[in-house]
Amino acid sequence: MPVTVEADIANGLPGFTIVGLTDRAIQEARERVKPAIRNAGFKFPPRRVTVNLAPAELPKEGTGFDLAIATAILRAEDPSLRLEGLAFLGELALDASLRPVTGVLPMARCLAAAGICRLVVPVENASEAALAEGIEVLGAATLQSCVEYLRGEGSLIPGVRDATPAGAGPEPDMAAVRGQGQAKRALEIAAAGGHNILMTGPPGAGKTMLARTFPSLLPDLASDAALEVAAIYSLRGTLRERPPTTLRPPFRAPHHSISRAGLVGGGTGLAQPGEISLAHQGVLFLDELCEFSRQHLEALRQPLEEHSVTVARARAAVTYPADFILIGASNPCPCGHLGDAQECRCEPRQLSAYNNKISGPIKDRIDLVVSVPRQEYRDIFEGADEEPSAVVRGRVEAARNRRGESAGHGNAGLTGRETLAAARATPPARRLLALSGERLHLSARGFFRVLRVARTIADLAGEDRVGEDALAEALHYRIEMAG
Amino acid sequence: MTLPRWIDPASPDWPVRLLHLESPPQGFWQLGTIGALWPCVAIVGSRRATFAGVEIARSIASELASAGIQVVSGMALGIDAAAHSGALDAGGSTVAVLGCGVDVCYPTRHAELRSRIITDGCLITEEPPGTPPFKHNFPKRNRIIAALAHAVVVVEATERSGALSTARWAADLGREVLAVPGSIRSRQSSGTNLLIRDGVRPFLGIGDLIDAVPELRSAIPEAALDTLPASHGGGLERFSPPLREILARMGTQPVHPDQVGLALGLSPALVASRLSALELAGAVMSLPGGLVARTV
Repeated sequence: MPVTVEADIANGLPGFTIVGLTDRAIQEARERVKPAIRNAGFKFPPRRVTVNLAPAELPKEGTGFDLAIATAILRAEDPSLRLEGLAFLGELALDASLRPVTGVLPMARCLAAAGICRLVVPVENASEAALAEGIEVLGAATLQSCVEYLRGEGSLIPGVRDATPAGAGPEPDMAAVRGQGQAKRALEIAAAGGHNILMTGPPGAGKTMLARTFPSLLPDLASDAALEVAAIYSLRGTLRERPPTTLRPPFRAPHHSISRAGLVGGGTGLAQPGEISLAHQGVLFLDELCEFSRQHLEALRQPLEEHSVTVARARAAVTYPADFILIGASNPCPCGHLGDAQECRCEPRQLSAYNNKISGPIKDRIDLVVSVPRQEYRDIFEGADEEPSAVVRGRVEAARNRRGESAGHGNAGLTGRETLAAARATPPARRLLALSGERLHLSARGFFRVLRVARTIADLAGEDRVGEDALAEALHYRIEMAG
Repeated sequence: MTLPRWIDPASPDWPVRLLHLESPPQGFWQLGTIGALWPCVAIVGSRRATFAGVEIARSIASELASAGIQVVSGMALGIDAAAHSGALDAGGSTVAVLGCGVDVCYPTRHAELRSRIITDGCLITEEPPGTPPFKHNFPKRNRIIAALAHAVVVVEATERSGALSTARWAADLGREVLAVPGSIRSRQSSGTNLLIRDGVRPFLGIGDLIDAVPELRSAIPEAALDTLPASHGGGLERFSPPLREILARMGTQPVHPDQVGLALGLSPALVASRLSALELAGAVMSLPGGLVARTV
């Protein structure tokens, strides 16, 4: 929501007050604005100055209001400044130069939506702000140049949108991973249908490596989706690590020691987006899933279901988008060697406690489970050439296109009824499904999960109807274990 | 609701064979609907069993149960529990001999199994109600298992397993003891392999058990005898050639699907879908940890 900055200069003892539910950074603006105005060669009014940030009941924070406050004060003294249809963003240095601020892109988009036609920002922020459509962006280096422009005496540097899509740094290619045919196949299915996936395997089997290659299977983002992602990174002030114009989906891999606020969003003052929002339109990789605290996993439940996260603070609740593919990795048991050549030394009680930890909160949202075995040296050094990611991505894109507009979040987002309709299972596949419900103790949830995955497998195979083979394959990646 | 009953040598339900013991119990508490029958077979083994072992215990128990033979075991984790539930799943009856009071559920996670046993069999213990599962009770309870059963099958046991003590009691009582052989590298089979080295009959299939115990053969109706598989292995003709090809590639040890795929030159997708088909046919089971194992 745009904030209107008003300034009033009244007779009385010289003083400077800023009101409007401000945080400390805005209160300190008084000590930046006053010298900046003086050092820019203007006169700070030696009277009683009151600045109001409206709407007054909305909490505000940050140093981005400095420029607007200074402009409002100068305008109160000098009616020749033309401010109509203009918005200002930027932090003032004491020498009246402008410093960049974070979150410029989402603010510019918000101002454009509110009908503001021009925005003055620090020059460093100009190209970022220019990504927002429907608003003219002007970059100012100093308070003086800004004032000259407002008097109609000078001009500012127009912000130029950097149209060439930048890369997001090299993505590891799947061909770099030897063997692991089944895990790669499962990741391909996950990419094609947007399914969340869990990889289990002994330490050192290559789960992390596989997960890091996963983004290379995903198609480029649409430009509006990329802009949304860039807006989130802008809020965190982390656009430097991710160029705003890149179309590659983001990949986030927070460590399990991360705070809850760091993971889902929060922090003091206005809530900041967390890792799950930084993974929006991309991939959230949680290595050692079982090491994350139960509260952390519990907190993922809402975003996994609603594709957004609402962080409530005492005075305001913020909703950030969080539509990501979750890749979890975990050891199969606390010692890590269940099913490995090395013998597992876990007690049965430990095993079930370990499994319950994941299965409780987020099992419902994981569609595929695949085991990643430790590779034999033979497999690593011999074996055929591996398929490069680009080839797999071609299949993923084709499968996604088959679904077209019908699936907002891929097949993973289908409801039970939609799944049934989309699957169009053949009679043999139906028989197989009935049999599996009986033999493998498939729950109703498990039933739809298998069917959704089977739909994606059929998409990859270019089939209209879910057949026996697709269904049988989907059953293999199911989360429920027999017995 | 069924109430526990005290059964002593004077009771009509007293299993006379308990008197084969040098120091038979004074009596025992019994909770359940069906008492210990004759003949019956004990299936015992480690608490920390492998998945193959659990599967073997379950299948022996269900084959016995469908032939009308009661299964006796100790309701411990692992092999014991698999034996009880295998018998119950096949619609048979089973007896659990406990090392704690008849009203104590130990281990606690077997609450559901315990109530199923009470419905279709019984719990037996010589400990008074309320006795916690003291360590020293279990060797005593093993002698009752050995005395009740006409034959004891040890599925998996390490060298120090309590199942070996049951086997010793059984041998002393003249009961037939059979042991399921395992790899000489598998710790879980070290005890059973030792038994075999010491002259115990190896168990390769239900036929071995019936041949060893003539009383079992006479107790099993002719019709049921015909349906019992003679020995494990073979009988793959019911699967289509592609599925048979996969089964042939899987040995006795659990393998990862990728190994099967590499060996046969099949795509991971194809391997996954065929393994599921085999699993549904009951020929393969998937184990926690992602491996698959043949069960036929």
